[in-house]
Amino acid sequence: MATGQNELFKDKFPTEAKAVRRIFVVGVITLGIGAIMGVLQVLHRTDKLRIISSGDYYTYLTIHGVNMVIFWAILAILGTFTWAVPRSLDRSLGNPKFTCGWIRLGLIGIILAEIAMFAGFIKGDVPILGNMQADVLYTFYAPLKAHPIFYIGLALYVIASWLAGFDYFTALWDWKKDNPDERIPLQTFIAVTTMMFWQLASLGIAIEVLFFLLPWSLGIIPQVDPLLTRTLFWMTGHPIVYFWLMPAYLAWYTVLPKLSGGRLFSDPLARVVFILFLLLSSPVGFHHQYMDPGVPNGFKYVVMSNTMFLLLPSLLTAFTAVASMEHGARQRGGTGRLGWLKALPWEKPQFSAMAFAGLFFAAGGFSGMVNAALNLNYLVHNTLWVPGHFHLTVGSAVTLTMMGLIYWLFPQLTGKDLSLKGLAMVQPYLWFIGMTFMSNAMHRAGLAGVPRRTAEPTYRLFDFHAVLGNMSEIRWQLAIGGVFLFISAFAFIAVLVASVFAGSRIDAAQHDFTIPEPLSGPEDGPLILDNLKLWGAIAVVLVLLAYGVPLMSWVTDGPLQPGAIPVRP
Amino acid sequence: MDIHKYEKIWLAVALVFIVGLVATVTYGALGPGIKMVSDNGGTISPANVTQSERFSAQGRGVHKVGPNHYEVNVLARQFLFMPGTTQPITVPTDSKITFYYTSADVIHGFEIVGTNVNTMVIPGQVGKMTTRFEEPGEYGIICNEYCGSGHHTMEGKLNVVPKSEFNASEV
Ligand code: HEM
Ligand SMILES: [Cu+2]
Ligand SMILES: [Cu+2]
Repeated sequence: MATGQNELFKDKFPTEAKAVRRIFVVGVITLGIGAIMGVLQVLHRTDKLRIISSGDYYTYLTIHGVNMVIFWAILAILGTFTWAVPRSLDRSLGNPKFTCGWIRLGLIGIILAEIAMFAGFIKGDVPILGNMQADVLYTFYAPLKAHPIFYIGLALYVIASWLAGFDYFTALWDWKKDNPDERIPLQTFIAVTTMMFWQLASLGIAIEVLFFLLPWSLGIIPQVDPLLTRTLFWMTGHPIVYFWLMPAYLAWYTVLPKLSGGRLFSDPLARVVFILFLLLSSPVGFHHQYMDPGVPNGFKYVVMSNTMFLLLPSLLTAFTAVASMEHGARQRGGTGRLGWLKALPWEKPQFSAMAFAGLFFAAGGFSGMVNAALNLNYLVHNTLWVPGHFHLTVGSAVTLTMMGLIYWLFPQLTGKDLSLKGLAMVQPYLWFIGMTFMSNAMHRAGLAGVPRRTAEPTYRLFDFHAVLGNMSEIRWQLAIGGVFLFISAFAFIAVLVASVFAGSRIDAAQHDFTIPEPLSGPEDGPLILDNLKLWGAIAVVLVLLAYGVPLMSWVTDGPLQPGAIPVRP
Repeated sequence: MDIHKYEKIWLAVALVFIVGLVATVTYGALGPGIKMVSDNGGTISPANVTQSERFSAQGRGVHKVGPNHYEVNVLARQFLFMPGTTQPITVPTDSKITFYYTSADVIHGFEIVGTNVNTMVIPGQVGKMTTRFEEPGEYGIICNEYCGSGHHTMEGKLNVVPKSEFNASEV
């Protein structure tokens, strides 16, 4: 891999660099929108500052959820891969018009969906378009109905993500033709396996939206089967959480070792991890339906076991991340059983953000095991425990890693240095403090039975009793944590804006943005690891096994039966 | 493939751990404890729920179906549990209580706060969940799935009274 030692990504791949910059700009804007909604929600539902009405709460929550996990998290993936694939193949994606096309398409989708969501603030009908709203949350369960442009927007956005996948696949095919005997570079391997499982998993949501919700919201079909559409949603909805994680994994496997001062432990094992994700992540969506009537217990059980085995790739990743950091720290002169931790570059936000992300991910892993345990899930299902869990995973493990990665990529993408370095340095620490407060409080509130997705802190007919701590302290921690997170998110945005406008030009010769080769390289792994066709085929078969029987049984008794007519939220 | 010794140990520990988790959950699910929600409640047409035997005005509420077994039929709709919201549901302790529930409009949740009774209410599906209450007391019921702009007002009450005080003729 002869990436010129000192040649910046933006000079070597100007079209791709421009694409990555655009994707990240849109992504960071959606993160900002999400953060504003987040802080308003947290202050409202803890009764600390009530400037929104409880009836509008769900408009805010929809905007928060969709912007954070459908827009920001997926844009983070596409931005990262659009950098990683050309970088690791050491060749351009090859079709600038196509790249530009899917970015535009995705952007149109985002704008349409934002219009529908923000229209939730308009009371009454809009001329011609009618009742414009999409107060349906990011899960948009039928028969709650949004305006058709919400579904159209999401559909365009998902199609754009598929096209992005093709962009990477074709780049790999072209590279293969020229390098028939070489192993697929690790970053491309990660990007391509990830996009493969995404294409497979997102079929669920695509069928749900294109064949059911869109025609139904347009009045072409009168009713839909809520259990069927919900199942199609979760067929995508669980794999999507692994999809969100993948740019963080890519960063932990390929960038974090370098930031720690060392190199990756094992390239072949990394490949095994991503193959496991490709195979196992799609057939587990039923675990979001443990509590659904109409889904047989047998499926729930099989899915539970499968879910538990998905811990394996994450546990392996935890090992690699820690081992690579330790290796780096020792290279930097660290010693001792834990003393090496001191030798890590904690003052660099690129590093500290990723290291904190790893810590949060470990904590999130534990609360996730409780969710996955079919029987324990009865205690926490749909309580605040659940947002407590995913603010640790996608909300911190992914978001913080991406913040660190964007800081690190910034000079390579723009040719400029970061400004406001002091603010950048404290920013990950602010997130760390905020999330520690917010997520522990959410988990404990959940154990007390406090539901998620609700505007009011208390109910008329009964009181909540905290198992750990007391309710008033839990609310304070939630509110304080939320405010810290909001400040941190805007500190991140401020650093980027300042750097774009006032960052000083860097001298490429002074920097080294190369990624060192792993200790154990790809040549140590068997060739079969790179046989993506084989793994892809097995993944398809597993999905058919997991979903074929229940879907067929619901479809054969009439795909629209038992049917529900649209209801406005 | 070259795997570091520590990594092999970690892999083994991880696998044992996972198998252990699956085993505990299996025990928890099949052994003692509550019966899980499955597909044995059947389906129903959401438009006609109130004409069905179970969820009509006469069908809703608590019915004695065996010496120590009660069925409770609850209909959920934007933003009420019927019964539950305007009048509480009253059941005896130490008895088998089977909830049957469905929705007349959108997806709701049915959570008895502080207990394991926590399930989705899906239009078109009749849910069935069996439990026992050992302790008398007043429990809150909440809808924990977003169901529209009045979602946070959707709540109800369950009174569990000692078996000796429970008068089945009331229901
Ligand atoms: C700026 C910092 C943030 C704050 C203050 C915040 C606050 C909150 C709160 C209080 C809720 C629960 C609302 C409820 O259930 O009633 C929530 C939900 C949620 N948050 Fe955040 N959050 C933040 C950042 C993030 C990030 C970075 C992500 C993901 C990348 C994220 C993803 C979500 C999702 C998916 C939901 C669930 C929405 C739903 O239930 O429909 N949040 N957030
Ligand atoms: Cu899941
Ligand atoms: Cu409800």
